[in-house]
Amino acid sequence: MTLDRRELFATAGKYLIVTAATAKVIETFLAGATPEPAAYAVADHWWAMILDIEKCIGCGNCVRACKAENNVPLEAEYFRTWVERYHVRGEDMEHPDVDSPNGGYDGFPDKYAKNDGARTFFVPKLCNHCAHSPCVQVCPVGATFVSPDGVVLVDKSYCLGCRYCVQACPYGCRYIDPRTHTVDKCNLCYHRITKGLLPACVENCPTGARMIGDLKNPKDPIHAFLRDHKVQVLKPQMATGSKAFYNGLDGSVR
Amino acid sequence: MKKLLRDGSHLLRVAALFGAGIAAFFVMRGLLVPSDFGRYGHYRAGALADNQKRAVSYAGKPACLDCHSDVADAQKGSLHATVRCEACHGPLASHADNPDVKPAKLAPERLCLTCHRSIAGRPAKFPQIDPDEHAGGVECTSCHQPHHPEQQEEKKS
Amino acid sequence: MDTSALVHAVEGYMYPNEVDLQWSVLIVLYPFITGLVAGAFILASLERVFNVAAVKPTYRLALLTALAFLLVAPLPLQLHLGHPERSIEMYLTPHTSSAMAMFGFVYLWYLMAVLVLEIWLDYRKDIVLTARASRGWKRTLYRVLALGSDNISEGALAIDDRVGRFITIIGIPSAFLLHGYVGFIFGSVKANPWWSTPLMPIVFLFSAIVSGIALVLLVYMAISFLKGREIDMPCVDTIARYFFYAFLIDFSLEMLDLIHRIYEADESFKSLDFMVHTRLYVSQIVVQIGLGTLVPLALLALTQLVRLSEPARKTFYSIAGSLALVGIFAMRWNVVIGGQLFSKSFLGYTTYKMAFATREGLLPAIALLVLPFVILAGLIVLLPPWAEEKKAAEAPEAAA
Repeated sequence: MTLDRRELFATAGKYLIVTAATAKVIETFLAGATPEPAAYAVADHWWAMILDIEKCIGCGNCVRACKAENNVPLEAEYFRTWVERYHVRGEDMEHPDVDSPNGGYDGFPDKYAKNDGARTFFVPKLCNHCAHSPCVQVCPVGATFVSPDGVVLVDKSYCLGCRYCVQACPYGCRYIDPRTHTVDKCNLCYHRITKGLLPACVENCPTGARMIGDLKNPKDPIHAFLRDHKVQVLKPQMATGSKAFYNGLDGSVR
Repeated sequence: MKKLLRDGSHLLRVAALFGAGIAAFFVMRGLLVPSDFGRYGHYRAGALADNQKRAVSYAGKPACLDCHSDVADAQKGSLHATVRCEACHGPLASHADNPDVKPAKLAPERLCLTCHRSIAGRPAKFPQIDPDEHAGGVECTSCHQPHHPEQQEEKKS
Repeated sequence: MDTSALVHAVEGYMYPNEVDLQWSVLIVLYPFITGLVAGAFILASLERVFNVAAVKPTYRLALLTALAFLLVAPLPLQLHLGHPERSIEMYLTPHTSSAMAMFGFVYLWYLMAVLVLEIWLDYRKDIVLTARASRGWKRTLYRVLALGSDNISEGALAIDDRVGRFITIIGIPSAFLLHGYVGFIFGSVKANPWWSTPLMPIVFLFSAIVSGIALVLLVYMAISFLKGREIDMPCVDTIARYFFYAFLIDFSLEMLDLIHRIYEADESFKSLDFMVHTRLYVSQIVVQIGLGTLVPLALLALTQLVRLSEPARKTFYSIAGSLALVGIFAMRWNVVIGGQLFSKSFLGYTTYKMAFATREGLLPAIALLVLPFVILAGLIVLLPPWAEEKKAAEAPEAAA
């Protein structure tokens, strides 16, 4: 079969145009659109968290509240938030004793003598909702993302369960939900903060060690807090743009 | 030229095959990619709404105070004024929506000691006790009123 | 899974979500398989592009081996995914900042535009001839494989040769990209100090070349033995020489990484060092470095420096090749599993409990290692790599 060059280009061109047009028609009419969230304007907010180590008493209320509010599996390998206890002996910053029995869900047992000369304190951990999130960077399909209001969210209906994001998070805040086989993590109780409520962990913290702040709201107390306290983020050398600010964080904390 | 085309016609078949594959790919893309994908960034815009869909378990202190405003008065001046209701009373959104749903009775000993049991690591300024030594192990509420624990203690002493 | 048992296997402190390993033995298999593909292709390109005529007898075999393994490569990933039915999303909405997403296209490019095309162009004449000499369904099959073309004139074959050569030339950087990318998938994860190094793609690539050459060497010797063909010793000796050089470079690179880590001793070093000396001792020190690198290097060095008899050389090559394959599998194991055994807090370790007959267990891993050989056997029947066999295949047809 011989093909005239002109015929070839003409036929190919026709096929291309028809295909492109068909694709566009299908895209516009057949694939449906999901309605936008009402009332809450994402562009008006930029969320961050404050964790005040000086106030945390390791009661574990936050861990229990989070699991209850967000239906997190109760086993010891799945936490959206957890509390760690650090016991730092003198000047040895590189070898703290760290424990987090069941993530702090049942509180902490009385393990250390009160006046043993060591520095003991509690550190609540959660997703840092990084502005330059390494987990978002590595997601192959766009199933995790930084929302316009600064919360790193997961699209459970899109996630493949490849676990690349779990590997990429320096803070260990992600896990695979064994029931849905997709990734899950703290989402700042997005269903609450978009309704004007506090995240469950903040709501249930009895000492005010956890605070949520809206950096875009000039009247938010977070601005005064950041002005008046010396804060740190976890693993600053990773330059993740972490938005979980710790007041009173010790240098031994990982 | 004609000879080149004749001798290379099998390559044109390959090109056509590749072309068909690429075209099929674009058709499939148009069919399968959600239409709201990419609206705000590289994700499905509907995921924002999906993350908002969960039912709330904790009503929040303002909701409690709607009916129980007397508690706010009782807490005035106490260190417990900044403690929110559900931190002790548990998730009560179901009760806030329908007051006929009764909240569970609390076990004060277990509850109070969760925070006030003395263990290493709690800030020194935070009130904490050894339950065996403090008042000989009686129930906390026999001396302390939970909404204003300082008052009751003064009364006792 | 009995996760409470896993929790008890933790030593020191791990973030609670880190205790379970995320990537299993299937994810160890994946770089191993793509590495074999890249290595086999590089060997094939030695003849085509660099005109190393001695390795010509293994040219087609190397290409078929690469194809057999490349077809199996996505399978461990599919078994591992939480939602394999959504894996098409990587092609539909690839996140361009994700190495994993872009790899989907590199894979597709390499499979279709390089490997399949090159095999087709090299085999086209034989496919057409087989089609002409066959009857019935076999004739239809080969006509489809020839894409309906019957033109094997000198002019057509000359075009095939030129285009084929061009494809091999772009195929070499494509093969580098194929496996270098897998290395980059690990090497670019800043959260994991065991993985995060710019050397990772290079180390992966050179170990891939070593494993691919070893594989083709072994397959060639095995097939020749099974079919009673004589082994072309100059060919095998040349392959062994390239095997040796690649291995030297690979070993140097891995030692460079190790020495660098020990010397700089950054915050992760103590934790990683402890891990290597305890949980990874057998797989890293004994298997990867000892049995998998030093022993085959010594054997190969011996064959290069001392004049050995043919049977002795065949034995040494076989042992060196087999040990190298085991060693490079161990290297992938140590990277993937090792990278998950220690805590990112640098304060603790967990264990990997590999199940047997589960979706990500040992059984499917073994099956996925066997499958490429089954496919290769099929490909060898479909597209015989050596002329004498092809003529033998045609003879009964022609007689009939």
